[in-house]
Amino acid sequence: MKFQKELKDSIRKALPELDVVIGWCGSFDPLHATPHFIRREEDIDKLEIGPLSVHNLATYLPGLRSKKVGIVVKGCDSRSVIELLQEKLIDRENVTIFGFPCTGVVDQAKIKKALGHVGNVQSCDISDKSVVVVVGDQAHSLKLSEMLADKCHSCRYPDAIISDYFVGDKIGDAVPAKADYEALETFEKLSIPERFGYWLKELDRCIRCYACRNACPLCVCRDHCAAESRDPHWLSQENNVRDKLMFQVIHAYHLAGRCTECGECQRACPVDIPVLMLKQQMNKEIRDIFKYEAGVDPEATPPLLSFKMEEENITEKDW
Amino acid sequence: MPVLEGKELRIVGFLCNWCSYGGADTAGVGRFNQPTDLRIIKVPCSGRIDPLFVVKALMNGADGVLVSGCHPRDCHYAEGNFYARRRLEIMHKFLPILGYEPGRFEYTWVSASEGQRWQQVVTSFTEQIHKLGPAPKIVGPEASDTLSLMQAAL
Ligand code: SF4
Ligand code: SF4
Repeated sequence: MKFQKELKDSIRKALPELDVVIGWCGSFDPLHATPHFIRREEDIDKLEIGPLSVHNLATYLPGLRSKKVGIVVKGCDSRSVIELLQEKLIDRENVTIFGFPCTGVVDQAKIKKALGHVGNVQSCDISDKSVVVVVGDQAHSLKLSEMLADKCHSCRYPDAIISDYFVGDKIGDAVPAKADYEALETFEKLSIPERFGYWLKELDRCIRCYACRNACPLCVCRDHCAAESRDPHWLSQENNVRDKLMFQVIHAYHLAGRCTECGECQRACPVDIPVLMLKQQMNKEIRDIFKYEAGVDPEATPPLLSFKMEEENITEKDW
Repeated sequence: MPVLEGKELRIVGFLCNWCSYGGADTAGVGRFNQPTDLRIIKVPCSGRIDPLFVVKALMNGADGVLVSGCHPRDCHYAEGNFYARRRLEIMHKFLPILGYEPGRFEYTWVSASEGQRWQQVVTSFTEQIHKLGPAPKIVGPEASDTLSLMQAAL
């Protein structure tokens, strides 16, 4: 990335005032990046940003509230930071935000599917158009556009919306190539009983690892999560599809009006359950009723934390 | 009390202590005829109702859920029902995404003096649930246990 040097320079400048700066660096193989915690000057060189910078680092912020933290954000990540500010879960003066213009990140699940096998990756070269992965001495050339995460195709905020340092040239608010919820249309064509069956089938393979929750930047309850509480006992400790589905309903509902559709929940799921869809559908309703979008305005109040005496878009039942 | 086999369905009602529970009581004291499918759970305020109660009830065997609180501007705690309205409205819209007919859940307002209105709400909600029939039930640990039972609907 051409502005990588500029980014490193800004981090170098800000680091003396900060406890840590969180970015990304190379990982166990050339196809993956991993979160990188920069504490000393010499850590800066390892920083790498690009289409492998998939993680939403905002997830670390609430846990580091008492520290002076720098964070590198994509456009979508910056929305999580804004939402955390909106809910006063982090303090603006303790966070230094480094933004860059994001041209999209890959979806590892798509690459895995295209290659069939991603063990022993020797190299991975990503250009503007293609992803060339060498696995077991065999080179595979994939189209970058087909490997991008779905959220990147419908992204409207490729530049960080909020930042203290912005490196590179802003792309400007984008008009998404695909209509917002196109991916959801197939689901919406299902009848109501078919939807019930759909969720049961998908959730059947859930292993209740709660990676979806742990990766979510806005799931901040930690040890008090309803999933593990015995009092109230929302979920049993049994292995059954009802509790698996109920947990996803809890997650979606607790994220109502807060979820920025960063997609971390789905990305983190080891068994590829489309859990993001529940939240997207929820957001669609929130947009219809409250004309509201989460994580774009640090001063805005989330819709479920306020009310109007007369609600314009709520029609109560006439008995 | 067990549900009368074949005649009754399971309907759960969450009623606020100050208005709707009083309204239901008024209807009872006035000996208004009402269907008997509803089981009432009293809560301090409609604002106490976590909309996830609705899903939890449906997933655990209820066929319908009714929520009732004080009329807007009449809440004992001034604004509990205003917050409740937003939360419950969202849940109402969310149920069909999960695969429950939206009519399985309604929320409304009944004051302590409105025995008649209570009778009307219960009667028409019970009819609505009977029209929809029993809600899909999740049985067994695996999805296939439920799906094989659902074959007819799918
Ligand atoms: S629910 Fe999923 S998409 Fe929404 S904020 Fe959390 S991780 Fe991101
Ligand atoms: S990450 Fe996937 S498997 Fe793990 S709890 Fe969430 S939905 Fe279930």
